[in-house]
Amino acid sequence: MLKLEKRPQPSQFWTYLTPLLAVALTMIAGGVLFAFLGKDPIVAIRTIFWDPLFSEFAFYYRPQLLVKGAPLVLIAIGLSLGFRAGIWNIGAEGQYIIGAITGAGVGLAFYPMEAWYIFPLMVIAGALGGWAWSMIPALLKVKFGTNEILVSLMLVYVAEQLLASMSLGLLKNPEGFGFPGSRNLNDYASANSWIHQNAGMHWGVVAAFIAVIFAYVLLNRHMLGFQIRLTGEAPRAARFAGVNPNRLILICLGTSGALAGLAGLFEVAGPSGQISIDFNAGYGFTAIIVAFLGRLNPIGILLAGALMALTYIGGDIAQSKLGLPAAAIQLFQGMLLFFLLAVDMLTNFRIRLGQKEVA
Amino acid sequence: MDLSSINPILLLASLIVAATPLLLAAIGELVVEKAGVLNLGVEGMMITGAICGFAIAVNTGSPVVGLIAAAGGGAVLSLLFALLTQFAMANQVASGLSLTLFGLGLSALIGQDYQGVKPPAFPKGDIPILSDIPVLGPILFSQDFVVYMAFFLTLGVWAMLKYSRAGLILRAVGENHDAAHALGYKVVRIRVLAILFGGACAGLGGAYISLIRVPQWTEGMTAGIGWIALALVVFASWKPWRVLLGACLFGGVSVLQLNLQAAGVAIPVEYLAMSPYLITILVLVIMSADRSRAPASLGKGFHAGS
Amino acid sequence: MTGTLLSINGLTKAYPGVVANDNVSFEIGEGEVHALLGENGAGKSTLVKMIYGLVKPDRGTMQLRGDAYAPAEPSAARAAGVAMVFQHFSLFEALNVAENVALGMENPPGMRDLAARIREVSEMYGLPLDPDRIVGDLSAGERQRVEIIRCLLQDPKLLIMDEPTSVLTPQEVDILFETLRKLSAEGTAILYISHKLEEIRTLCDNATILRLGQVVGDCVPRDTTARDMAEMMVGSSLLVPERAGGTVGPVLLKINDLSVASPSAFGTSLKNISLEVRAGEILGLGGVAGNGQDELLAALSGEIPTAPGAVELDGKPIGGLGPVARRRLGLLTAPEERLGHAAAPDMSLIENALLTGSVREGLENRGFLKWGKAKSFAEAIIERFDVRTPGPDNAARSLSGGNLQKFVIGREVMQRPEVLVVNQPTWGVDAAAAAAIRQALLDLAAGGAAVVVISQDLDELMEISDHFGALNEGRLSDIRLAKDLSVDEIGLMMGGAHGMEVAHV
Repeated sequence: MLKLEKRPQPSQFWTYLTPLLAVALTMIAGGVLFAFLGKDPIVAIRTIFWDPLFSEFAFYYRPQLLVKGAPLVLIAIGLSLGFRAGIWNIGAEGQYIIGAITGAGVGLAFYPMEAWYIFPLMVIAGALGGWAWSMIPALLKVKFGTNEILVSLMLVYVAEQLLASMSLGLLKNPEGFGFPGSRNLNDYASANSWIHQNAGMHWGVVAAFIAVIFAYVLLNRHMLGFQIRLTGEAPRAARFAGVNPNRLILICLGTSGALAGLAGLFEVAGPSGQISIDFNAGYGFTAIIVAFLGRLNPIGILLAGALMALTYIGGDIAQSKLGLPAAAIQLFQGMLLFFLLAVDMLTNFRIRLGQKEVA
Repeated sequence: MDLSSINPILLLASLIVAATPLLLAAIGELVVEKAGVLNLGVEGMMITGAICGFAIAVNTGSPVVGLIAAAGGGAVLSLLFALLTQFAMANQVASGLSLTLFGLGLSALIGQDYQGVKPPAFPKGDIPILSDIPVLGPILFSQDFVVYMAFFLTLGVWAMLKYSRAGLILRAVGENHDAAHALGYKVVRIRVLAILFGGACAGLGGAYISLIRVPQWTEGMTAGIGWIALALVVFASWKPWRVLLGACLFGGVSVLQLNLQAAGVAIPVEYLAMSPYLITILVLVIMSADRSRAPASLGKGFHAGS
Repeated sequence: MTGTLLSINGLTKAYPGVVANDNVSFEIGEGEVHALLGENGAGKSTLVKMIYGLVKPDRGTMQLRGDAYAPAEPSAARAAGVAMVFQHFSLFEALNVAENVALGMENPPGMRDLAARIREVSEMYGLPLDPDRIVGDLSAGERQRVEIIRCLLQDPKLLIMDEPTSVLTPQEVDILFETLRKLSAEGTAILYISHKLEEIRTLCDNATILRLGQVVGDCVPRDTTARDMAEMMVGSSLLVPERAGGTVGPVLLKINDLSVASPSAFGTSLKNISLEVRAGEILGLGGVAGNGQDELLAALSGEIPTAPGAVELDGKPIGGLGPVARRRLGLLTAPEERLGHAAAPDMSLIENALLTGSVREGLENRGFLKWGKAKSFAEAIIERFDVRTPGPDNAARSLSGGNLQKFVIGREVMQRPEVLVVNQPTWGVDAAAAAAIRQALLDLAAGGAAVVVISQDLDELMEISDHFGALNEGRLSDIRLAKDLSVDEIGLMMGGAHGMEVAHV
């Protein structure tokens, strides 16, 4: 009989190994899944994980890694701060949408004027939009103790409706022949987040790296980061240490909202180019997987974001080359989180073979 | 705009249809939470139930077999959650989220061949005599049997929690799992059973949407109903009858906004469509003042050795 | 006493890294009151858990009335006539008394019959209880009655009581002992677990003494001095803390008519509390658990804000300040719950040193942390307070209760407080560590600090306090000189018998 035994302290070894183990297990289970769908599992796994990086067309795919990875990392960094403190913002998708709307809205308001300050203003507006959207669950939690999980999630659906309304109404391209969707910001030089489009470089990538460094310093060197970790580990001890839980809720939700809003702005001003009904691609939810896969650690999130971006790109290749359904990739990503949570126990528990304890 | 096109009797009858999936999912989650477990995967279990029920009903031609399959599908998915939280000691919030993400992917994959397919029709269950009562008849007694079943399930859960020993033990486990363990109750086993029940109920609720309410399959068709069901449990202060009341309230809101859309009210469609979510938030705010009814061990992991 | 009821032969149970019970054997006779005596960590709890079917022994056997007895789970133990009153109650706060009782019974009657039985039995044994009340609203003593009634309703042959008097006033203890003697006279054997020697001498027929998981002796308590029993229990002679008897200075901490509501649903609100503590003085605050101790500590630590003037430090109103600001001014505290409140279980000792030490030890500079300095601070605590751990990088949860408590108290003492408030400083701590902690508190007071010790251990309070007061239902008794007090007076200050009566059988 297998028995779980709590370790006296978390295992360093397994802390680093569990994400790798989870990836390996997901590949195996994913392979089985692909085989069920009638695809050669080895080929499918290679197409997803190897081809984007090392095939003959890798020069085209590698920049995509930055494009897909940047929003994931940016959002996941913000989420990880809250998750560490036990504050669950799962509405990043909504904050991402609102950031894109406010940011793009500011840019479009200046159209067709060209000026250096337009893009910075859009960045501020995007961050503020996401921040404001996340302040709704934050303030409700502080004032009334309302569950932030449910409120932030409900606001995703509200944001999606707002997005639809904006694409069809206020932000609709007046020269778009009646099609829904805004003007394309890629055609508007002052409102463009690209630095080097062929290399996949846009300001969102820069922002993601800055966010990683910032979060690393915060969590390891700063009192606020210590308070965030302490609150997540032992809320009563945090109170005793003098942490103001409400301040932490506002900071954590606000930061994650602002970062998600930024991610939305950089996306709309770059890779996506326009506000449209199906603008959001689920980055806000996938970022939850990225945050956990990276063990809520900034460096880990960077690596996890890259890996997840790889599955997006590889999934696209597999879809066109092997006819692997897009949903299979979505399922694959979901499995990853599953396996991670399952093997995570190894950091805190030891598995023993032994006689059964009366439970 | 033509409000007179709205028929109040039909409106109320469709309110009950809209309330049923919510009621099923929420009453299941209520039992789970009463056992001290917070399963945020309701949305994932519902959508999995929706597609399982749909696919099996189409393939067998029997909507009833479809419903059974939906309950089974929801329960199997919830078993994954049970494994993660009860045996691997994973965080319940994270596990619930993963269940939802997983369920959405799984249902999309299974459902890709079922887009646009028409499911076998579900028989209406007119109750003789009662359904002939004017007004009340068509609203209450001319529904399908799942509606009646959901009602009796609510009744059963209420009676079990209030009067039976099993209900007492379930509540005890949810209040203080250490004490329940010290008295010799099998905390993990009881919680796993509750989680399975919740999964089956959520699966049924999902299939009700895809087989009866809509009825067809589209990706992501539960559109947050699972999350609203979670909110409903808070709204109900963990009391079965208030879950019923809440389900009717939310069913009413969603039916009303659909009718207003159809009637061409001057409010843009998008703003009407967001109203159920906004009202959920509003209700959560009002109810969050009173947290005292929440089971004391809710969301906390239990390990016998610690 | 007629024959042997339960005989225990060579029970052994090992956990990773520690042998909790090593070849333990003894016998309990029918109707005997048998004491199981030992320090914290001696293995008493593991032993009774094996008897009650919660833990399975690795080796060894038990016989109940001559038949093999190996309960697979508590319900089997209950069916065999073994009942247990837990130290940390196995009660459900949100449920009512009758429901709680029903949960501890094998085949409870219907709720209405059960309520009637509860009334009847509780009055018969002088432990009045209302079956419809919610347990969360009951006092600690009343909660214990629920546990006892739950056991008595099943007519047990053996009643296990784990440290039952820690939640009772001296008067209540007397009444409980009367009840237990009656039960014993009716033929119920009682296995009485305690580390309080005087209680055992008054109540028990025989005693088995455990040390580090082994039986180190047995005795007839009435014929053995407390000192001899203590030495068997501890294994060496005990150090009695020394009191330097320093001079008393000005008032450092003053509480003026403090009333605050408890933040938790079943907590106790504080009502009109006033007190003064002077430099160089130790004020002991007794009282049964759940009478406002946690709330008083939280109001002093700054976790519960109060009216500014309600708490004064050195004449300055500080009631409106948070924990950090109070620490800066010199008011330090150590709460009762070590894991999760005073310390974060999964964090290292360095991080836990930072937890309260950042301000006074200068471990941060404009928000940025000085890990090197924090590590030295943690090492200094470990060194001076003899905390047994491989090093400061280890997680708090890896320490034993006594070692973690030394760390937590040491962390505050090392910060040179003006005023130190501690709650249950030696709870669950072995005798040597307890003596070290008490000595540290005495030294601190001798050095000119004002110390408030909140404790449920009256012996401890009498040993180190200059003045004594007691909390009862959120109110504070008059504060009196400790050395003048008798046990009876202390008991009355703690609220007397709280409605208990002597058994009517």
